[in-house]
Amino acid sequence: MNANRLDNGASGAPSNLVEVRDLHFRMGERDIYKGVDIDIARGRITAIMGPSGTGKTTLLRLISGQWRAASGQVHFDDAEVSRLSQRELFNQRKRMGMLFQSGALLTDLSVFDNIAFPLREHTRLPERLIRDIVLMKLEAVGLRGARNLAPAQLSGGMARRVALARAIALDPEMIMYDEPFAGQDPISMGVLLRLIRRLNDVLGLTSIVVSHDVKETLGIADYVYVISDGEVIDHGTPAHIQASESEWVQQFVHAAPDGPVPFHFAGSPYTADLLQEGQR
Amino acid sequence: MSTAQRTFVTATGWMAELGRSTLFLLRVLASLPRLVTKPRLVIEQIYSVGVLSLVIVVVAGVFVGMVLALSGYRLLVDFAAEQALGTSVALVVVRELGPVVTGLLFAGRAGSALAAEIGLMKATDQLSGMEMMAVDPVKRIVAPRFLASMITLPLLTSIFCVMAIGAGGGYFVGVEMLGVDAGSYWSGIQSNVDFGQDIVNVFLKSGVFGAIIAWVALYQGYHASPTSEGVSRATTNTVVIASLAILGANLMLTAVLFGSH
Repeated sequence: MNANRLDNGASGAPSNLVEVRDLHFRMGERDIYKGVDIDIARGRITAIMGPSGTGKTTLLRLISGQWRAASGQVHFDDAEVSRLSQRELFNQRKRMGMLFQSGALLTDLSVFDNIAFPLREHTRLPERLIRDIVLMKLEAVGLRGARNLAPAQLSGGMARRVALARAIALDPEMIMYDEPFAGQDPISMGVLLRLIRRLNDVLGLTSIVVSHDVKETLGIADYVYVISDGEVIDHGTPAHIQASESEWVQQFVHAAPDGPVPFHFAGSPYTADLLQEGQR
Repeated sequence: MSTAQRTFVTATGWMAELGRSTLFLLRVLASLPRLVTKPRLVIEQIYSVGVLSLVIVVVAGVFVGMVLALSGYRLLVDFAAEQALGTSVALVVVRELGPVVTGLLFAGRAGSALAAEIGLMKATDQLSGMEMMAVDPVKRIVAPRFLASMITLPLLTSIFCVMAIGAGGGYFVGVEMLGVDAGSYWSGIQSNVDFGQDIVNVFLKSGVFGAIIAWVALYQGYHASPTSEGVSRATTNTVVIASLAILGANLMLTAVLFGSH
């Protein structure tokens, strides 16, 4: 499976911030990745799509070094993530932000303190300056007025926006979004879509969006990888994915209930099952 | 699989778990020096695990002291030795019941709360979120709770002992209700409870118990499955394992500290 069509350097296309090569990863008895190659170009929004359980979140954890691959390589800015010491890994993570599906806000801290948390941990800025930075980040996500609320008082969409403000608190180079649209109402979804695009462009970030929300993700992504069964099924621009000749991609993009991914879970024939008595 | 094989597999599983928890403890201990620069984190946890456990410790201390005085008086009065009531209540409380009962109460109240809190933080990705912010959860979350437990339990044990021996507990039943002479009660305690032998050892014992409870609770919470069932199991395991560990450690410490006297 080979790489992206975005070349490095010579063609004028952006270089890659993340490069995944021949990645293998197992979870228990199950192969999550069977040798995938993925490139994340600088300054762009790259979407990783695929049905639930295909290992999209796992990929983010491998890129961030939370988990280590069985074999293969994950490079972040030319450094192989699995070979970094904890100190080096933590230094790399200061250059990354991650928006968890759950928001992962610290529940014993207010919205303000959640965003101030990484600043207080990693900088020696005076409190007055920290306050200004926090208010700027909250203003960017439209929640400056909610700074004194506790995470339990936030709606799902607001919690994700606060988590996004926290993810950009240290001005990272890259943000990873784990299912940012899951369970969002249309208004929250619209807000999040606009924020992801705007933050990427205004701050010059590199973004990885992991999602199975086809329409929304294709609407903001610059490049898309579609993953299933441990392999990259197709990759390209959103237009390329929508016009893909792969039956699997077509079923996924058009949300068809039946196709290469069957509607029915594998089992014995229906009629034979009905005629059998005394068994569950 | 035969019974011998099953026993072997279970035993190696326990050994592996013990090894993992020991490595976890070493990570926590290595993180403690950093807390010198962040005392606020420890003070917050002292409030959480200590101050909020105060009521249960005070009430338990009063009741235990009353029962000891009541049953001790019945025994001593037959030998006309009721003036030794203060001594017997004080020595039993200071040497054994104080550290053990406070430890068991602490395991039930604060230990279970610590395991549930850390387990829920894991289930809601708060620990992963911290790691992604390049903050080590063991240093930021676990170590302050461990140190706070080690500091708090000796203080709670002291309060338990004072309540059990003093005006609310043993003294009230022995002197006020049963008519033991107040002077005999206090002078017996004064002459028989030794500072070096008894008071220092009670702090030593309860400090060790605090470390054991925090170790068990934090390990169980940190390694809980990120589900409601996993958190529930971590909480239960904490109370059961910590309680048994306290009783076992008490036997060993008593043998070491008081065995030669």
